[in-house]
Amino acid sequence: MLDHKRDLKAWLYLLIPLFLLTIFTFYPLIKTFLISLFSEYNALTDDFGRYFDLYAYTAIFNDRFFINALTNTLVIVFVSVPASTILALLIAVSLNSIKPLQKIFQTIFFIPYVTNALAIGMVFNVMFSHPLVGGVAAEGLINTLFQTAIDWVGPTATVERWRTVVLIYTIWSALPFKILVFIGGLQNISKQYYDAAKIDAAPKWKVMTRITIPLLSPIISYILITSFIGSFKAYESVLSVVGTVGRSLDRNRWTAVAYVYDKIGISGLDINNISYYSRGAAAAVVLFFIIMIFTFLNLYISKKTVHY
Amino acid sequence: MAKAIHLNINQDYQFDQKLKIQRTAQLFRNILLYTFLTVTAFVVIVPFYWMLNVSFQSSNEVLNSLNVSFFPKVFSPQNYLNVFLYSSAAQGNIDFSRYLFNTVLVAFFTTLGGTFFSILVAFALARLNFKGRDLIFTILLATMMIPGEMLVISNFVTVSRLGWVNANDAGSYLAVIIPFLVSIFHIYLLRQTFKQIPNELYYAAKVDGCTDFKYLWKVMVPMAKSSIVTIIILRIMGTWNAYIWQDIVANEKYKLVTTWLRSSFVDLADTGSGRVLTNYQMAATVIVTVPLLLLFIFFRKYIMSGVSRSGVKG
Repeated sequence: MLDHKRDLKAWLYLLIPLFLLTIFTFYPLIKTFLISLFSEYNALTDDFGRYFDLYAYTAIFNDRFFINALTNTLVIVFVSVPASTILALLIAVSLNSIKPLQKIFQTIFFIPYVTNALAIGMVFNVMFSHPLVGGVAAEGLINTLFQTAIDWVGPTATVERWRTVVLIYTIWSALPFKILVFIGGLQNISKQYYDAAKIDAAPKWKVMTRITIPLLSPIISYILITSFIGSFKAYESVLSVVGTVGRSLDRNRWTAVAYVYDKIGISGLDINNISYYSRGAAAAVVLFFIIMIFTFLNLYISKKTVHY
Repeated sequence: MAKAIHLNINQDYQFDQKLKIQRTAQLFRNILLYTFLTVTAFVVIVPFYWMLNVSFQSSNEVLNSLNVSFFPKVFSPQNYLNVFLYSSAAQGNIDFSRYLFNTVLVAFFTTLGGTFFSILVAFALARLNFKGRDLIFTILLATMMIPGEMLVISNFVTVSRLGWVNANDAGSYLAVIIPFLVSIFHIYLLRQTFKQIPNELYYAAKVDGCTDFKYLWKVMVPMAKSSIVTIIILRIMGTWNAYIWQDIVANEKYKLVTTWLRSSFVDLADTGSGRVLTNYQMAATVIVTVPLLLLFIFFRKYIMSGVSRSGVKG
């Protein structure tokens, strides 16, 4: 009797939050899987339709814009994550080994820590700008500095070029958080190891590869996992850097997330009788599985290689 | 004797040479380090400089000059005023003050509601004993890993069936606030803090006849203050930076500052040309960026502890 009353009281604390979580987290999670499998799902009436099949999945894998979106995402993930991690590690180690001006440098590197992804992305867009009609407006900062007239981010920019700018921006914006975490990790490494290395007259690079990196490996693997997950969700960075203000993003520049969002609001069926919502849901499910696989892969590898 | 002195001098000389080489290497290394840091620091700072630079240039300069200006030729702080007052028919003829009002309102309710619910759930999971507690905690932990993008398709259908999408009334606010009101990550963060508060306090309070609810607000919440401040700041930052979802669901008049930031800022006096005024755009960027920088300066400790535990901003 007493137990029963106690349980009831506890559930009162949980009632509203769990209700909201059920409606907006647990239920949509299952529903997204279902929508992706019922290829004639009707969003207006919320009717799943008669067909339970994998057509939405075959449709997105035959959709060149989805394949392209996936490629864009994978390029961002596999270039920006390793590049920014290595660069951040170098900067953190350098910062840690200097005395004068250390505080000033630290402050500068932390400034972009809490910025709005859209806002600074637009600054990059302006820096890399190029007038569509020559001779009426000025080239942007980058073109002026390098004395070029290249369209980096505009509508006529080639794939390599706009991807380069997006990558530069992604790496730039990922740096502060990583530098900060690495500096924290470096300061936790006991001085004993470095003293021992000094007595043995170990060269600097050996100190780095034999002491610093192994002892930092738990933090490196943590950084890798979180930033892999984060960059699989890239969308706003691409939108702000290489998108035109006031218009939606060019289909060739979509990321996987952009593909999902694009399908919201298109309620009908395509020419193959597959609903756009089912396509979007299928893309979301694919993204979900990719993220899960990478998370577990990362955890597995870090378990094998991390030195504690 | 002479031989010994000679040997000593020779040794000293050798030692000196070694020291010299070491010092040169050290100097060389330092030059390399400082060059590397200066160059990277410069790259980090340039976008901020460029943002300020362009934001203070005159419209004539950004539209008609054939060479890019490294600093404003005609210093034009009035850009900021013009940007505040800018509105366009395409965006429901509303100006910055309305976007700011929407953002503050949404931030207020998401922060208040979200923090309140997080405290309640975290307390129940950390302190109370009841059937099914471990099951609920396991489910929450498992769902924490799931990307929010996974949920948007179904959530859009839900809010549109509730009649909130593009609603010309408070429905637009509800569509932005309600789906993300309860954050599993925040619950998790608070539960960990609550768990660290010793049980003895709870039993002592019980003996004194304190109810669970009173104990939560009189003892636990004050003790977990820093975690709660972290959650509040993450919430405010999250609303300030929110873009995609609110832009899809809210009516033009109910959108947030990020939508305003992405407006075209076409020169109103220069009708017909339709060219985007980058100086206005950059002034808007400064207006959106500065509050975040201030928040970071004042609450650095809280923001860093929150972000480093989640790995994501906002």
